[in-house]
Amino acid sequence: MLAYVIRRVLQSIFVLLMVGLVAFSMFRFVGDPVENLLGQERTQADIERVRDQLGLNDPFAVQYVKFLGNALQGNLGVSYRQGRPVSEIIAERAPATLELAGVSALFAVLFGVGLGVFTAIRRDGFMANFIMTTSLIGVSLPTFLIGILLIYIFAVELGWLPSFGRGETVKIGWWSTGFLTESGLKAIILPAITLGLYQMTLIMRLVRSEMLEVLRTDYIKFARARGLSTRAINFGHALKNTLVPVITVTGLQIGSIIAFAIITETVFQWPGVGLLFINAIQFVDIPVMAAYLMLISVMFVLINLIVDLLYFVIDPRLSADASTRGH
Amino acid sequence: MEAVSNFLASDLFYRFRKSPVAVIAFIVTALLVLSALFAPWIAPQNPFDPGSLNLMNGFSQPGVPNQFTGETFMLGTDDQGRDVFSTILYGLRISLFVGFSAVMFAMVLGSVLGLIAGYTGGRTDTIIMRIADIQLTFPAILVALLIFGIAKGITPPSYRNEVAIWVLILAIGLSDWVQFARVVRGATLVERNKEYVQAAKLIGRKPMAIMLKHILPNTLGPVLVIATISLALAIIAEATLSFLGVGAPPTQPSLGTLIRIGQGFLFSGEYWILLYPAVTLLALALSVNLLGDWLRDALNPKLK
Repeated sequence: MLAYVIRRVLQSIFVLLMVGLVAFSMFRFVGDPVENLLGQERTQADIERVRDQLGLNDPFAVQYVKFLGNALQGNLGVSYRQGRPVSEIIAERAPATLELAGVSALFAVLFGVGLGVFTAIRRDGFMANFIMTTSLIGVSLPTFLIGILLIYIFAVELGWLPSFGRGETVKIGWWSTGFLTESGLKAIILPAITLGLYQMTLIMRLVRSEMLEVLRTDYIKFARARGLSTRAINFGHALKNTLVPVITVTGLQIGSIIAFAIITETVFQWPGVGLLFINAIQFVDIPVMAAYLMLISVMFVLINLIVDLLYFVIDPRLSADASTRGH
Repeated sequence: MEAVSNFLASDLFYRFRKSPVAVIAFIVTALLVLSALFAPWIAPQNPFDPGSLNLMNGFSQPGVPNQFTGETFMLGTDDQGRDVFSTILYGLRISLFVGFSAVMFAMVLGSVLGLIAGYTGGRTDTIIMRIADIQLTFPAILVALLIFGIAKGITPPSYRNEVAIWVLILAIGLSDWVQFARVVRGATLVERNKEYVQAAKLIGRKPMAIMLKHILPNTLGPVLVIATISLALAIIAEATLSFLGVGAPPTQPSLGTLIRIGQGFLFSGEYWILLYPAVTLLALALSVNLLGDWLRDALNPKLK
């Protein structure tokens, strides 16, 4: 067990070092940093001086280590386009993305589990079949079309909800939240549904198939024979046993939610990190791109690591396996 | 001729005829591909030739005739008086071209790496498959975005529009090779130990020849299935990138670019600029996807 944990952690660190190398190479080789700093009127001496100052004459490995050290201290360079430290820009944008991702995940889990249980219990009902068919269509629609469709229905035709932006936000320390104003709460509904819809269908289908499996087992039949109420059987006994895969899948999907937030944020002009990244690509703002790459990799690697380790905690059979094989 | 009659008598074709979904999906796909191929002859106007456009025709509703030539705009026009039907045909061309090329690129790269990994084993195998694993932890769209961004940074600004399509193909292709590598590697591991490979080794054929001439043909079934499903994903990926404004340039709009443009007119009521490109994209992605699903089931020996 311990050996496995150590190996997994070392692997994760290796991946992060590789990602760091990619980010560093972007800084170093895509565009000339000296060009970007000095204006049109520069002498050769200026260039040499700046190269020395920036440490561009050091060996590659030394530069890389310095770069990593800086990144670890939160120093991610200065945006070419906005002329401000990248860490500052990201800190300003992060609350918007995190709130959106949080609400979407909540939506996906609540509705996914709820509809999953419903479609499993009423397996042959009309509503259940209808939900399953619609979910298939929903999955094959590209995210941005779902967003546009929702805007068309709820913003253009019905006029109930805003179609872009975050509404009014309230500052709590450095964190700006949209949860405390009516316009902020209204504004988050459509983007959150757009972003969470795919994950919701995924969880729904998973819960449904797991429930169907569990409902066939002996202990459920026995619980029925004991005369327990249907509600107690469905929720107390069956649902509980479907939750292990649901937790791991949800965990892994958090990463995709953040990645797909790029698309949702563009459709709804949501002022988050994803929109920042897209704008950075459009204007070839390398420091912002590199910083986004590193941040999102750290998140992905951490999530993967935690989920892998959770398997051991949740499923005792795995650690029993590992110990008999001498791992 | 013999090949054709063999195919018509084959098990695969029989299964195809018996599946209405597959037949419809095939017809829709074929229609779309053909109209993309023959776009210059089918389209009533060349939407990128400024001479054939007139701003007076801007925002024509579907079915309204051209004020100068009297031809009807079947699907209406956009703000610059471009016939939406024509822009869709030309957009389909770009979407399909990028999709096909990206999948081809991913297929060749992935199959070659998978063959090498599976056949040589050892450290080469570990390195290739470890890279594949790392890439798989990130969603494909993110990888494609990143490659696109880096490539854009490397190309000088004056060339960016010209090479945008190729960069797009490269980005989507590189984000998709892992699937092919995994499948080919798995099949290679099985084939490697079979007698015909041993025999080829004994008569002194070079590893390169064994891999390409003997093992590769035996891995093509699953590769074909993945290629079809990948095509649907690549078309959607291309549309997504273009929609985000980091894909096909405005001078060569794909379906995604057209949807991006159309979104701007959603509030002013010119729904047709958005609706028809979106429907075309959906029809294309859905029918290719259904074909892929059908092919997977038809080629799966377990389901026979």
